[in-house]
Amino acid sequence: MDILVYALYIVAFAMFILGLSGLTAPRSAVRGNKIAAAGMGVAFIATLIHIRETSSWLVIIAALVVGVIVGIPPARKVKMTAVPQLVALFNGVGGGTVALIAWGEFIESDGFTGLRVASGPVLPLVIASLFATIIGSLSFWGSIVAFMKLQQILPGHPLSVGRLQQPLNAILFLGSVLAAVIVGIGSASTGADPIWFGVILILAGILGVMTVLPIGGADMPVVISLLNALTGLSAAAAGLALNNIAMIVAGMIVGASGTILTNLMAKAMNRSILSIVAGGFGGGSTGVAATSTGDQHAKSTSAADAAIKLAYANQVIVVPGYGLAVAQAQHAVKDMAKVLEARGIEVKYAIHPVAGRMPGHMNVLLAEADVSYDAMKEMDDINGEFSRTDVTIVIGANDVTNPAARNDPNSPIFGMPVLNVTESRSVIVLKRSMSSGFAGIENPLFFATNTTMLFGDAKKSVAQVTEELKAL
Amino acid sequence: MDYTGFLANIAILVLSGFIGFAVISKVPNTLHTPLMSGTNAIHGIVVLGALVVLGTAHNPSIPLQIISFVAIVFGTVNVIGGFVVTDRMLAMFKTRPTSGATDGKN
Repeated sequence: MDILVYALYIVAFAMFILGLSGLTAPRSAVRGNKIAAAGMGVAFIATLIHIRETSSWLVIIAALVVGVIVGIPPARKVKMTAVPQLVALFNGVGGGTVALIAWGEFIESDGFTGLRVASGPVLPLVIASLFATIIGSLSFWGSIVAFMKLQQILPGHPLSVGRLQQPLNAILFLGSVLAAVIVGIGSASTGADPIWFGVILILAGILGVMTVLPIGGADMPVVISLLNALTGLSAAAAGLALNNIAMIVAGMIVGASGTILTNLMAKAMNRSILSIVAGGFGGGSTGVAATSTGDQHAKSTSAADAAIKLAYANQVIVVPGYGLAVAQAQHAVKDMAKVLEARGIEVKYAIHPVAGRMPGHMNVLLAEADVSYDAMKEMDDINGEFSRTDVTIVIGANDVTNPAARNDPNSPIFGMPVLNVTESRSVIVLKRSMSSGFAGIENPLFFATNTTMLFGDAKKSVAQVTEELKAL
Repeated sequence: MDYTGFLANIAILVLSGFIGFAVISKVPNTLHTPLMSGTNAIHGIVVLGALVVLGTAHNPSIPLQIISFVAIVFGTVNVIGGFVVTDRMLAMFKTRPTSGATDGKN
């Protein structure tokens, strides 16, 4: 490789690391992202220098133009509420790229036999390529399913084939590894039948689909983060195979940081990554929980009553959830908070680490509506405050407020840290209907004596409450 | 590539893993979404791999050209889309009035 290209790659990955560390603090985040993007530009130019003698300029330029035309509009126009599925989609195409690179290499090197010409570590390179193939294909198809679930093209609740799920996944995994071994052995002689490479791609793809399908919407943040980490690892493997230092560093950093992020999120739900991947909340226990609360009644309230309650409060806590995102209610909530604050009432926001469909999802939405940082509290900081709070408004959040997680050992989410909403003097729950959350679990909060329900579209309900408040 | 080069690459791989762990260890929840989106954009680096495979092939066959074309499109979407959407997201996190206007739009 040219010395210039190598040097530019070093500059590029230094910029990635610098940019990424910038992304970890609010004040330096915008700059961090720009530094990382600039680093990508440097790496890109270095690669163009590296391949300057190619005969394929036409295809390359055409592909880049198409990529830019396809990539920019959704990134610029997507609503902030739809960001999770867009990230899932971008992650998927990244994984797809890795699988396609490995496929291209397979063709170009006649089933990896071409690698033998160079004296050196052939086997590790073949293994790295095959690893990239499996993980890339898995990540692509898994992300597509995650995208379709979040976009509600597929139902959000877990879809599974029951007890057969894990044996089936194990067979798919072993099958794809076996096909990879056949391709690997073939590379030592005349090259395996290309069919086997196709088998790897297909089995790993089905595995990706089957792994994500049974995972409920509530676990989606963790899944996207996990797929993100996997794509990073596959990129690093592809980098090893291609002897490309920029890909090795960038891919591995994403793989490592993504793994940590995934773990942080899983911890916030008091579950292991393994148990999430092994399948959504079990169907059996859900049924039991649903029948046990069948004879209870939730009290419904009106916007006017809710407004009166709020008007005489000293402190109000807003608990946002996915319903707020769906209803696009963030601006309406901010308007309501303004009216309350004008009356001298303190308004805070309690953000559960996994509220919404991505970690920090709620922070992004509320920031969009100009809610200040100081008002957004993390779970550990605000849980002690509920007992001093007059009114808590739960907007489209469900599982993250479920008291059963603390006091019902039979609940499927028992042990998951939740917001102690029930401790506040009164709770108003804004909800479209009595249906259960994504996890499909009944929420005893709705039947508590100090809870009232305000049914309807969250945005409209909040706007009505605001109008009533103004009229008081 | 010889063994020395390969082992050097493995060394780089291992060190990068530790850097990834170290950088992310302390991140406020607030930034989890932009961070995920940002790292997502960074693994768009795979577009380089697609460029190298096609760019270094001698007389690439039609299947290789098609596969590489799709790979470059996908990779480009990943990189460009990822950075743009992250930037949009971060622009919404306005700094507190007291902290000066270093962020925001440039």
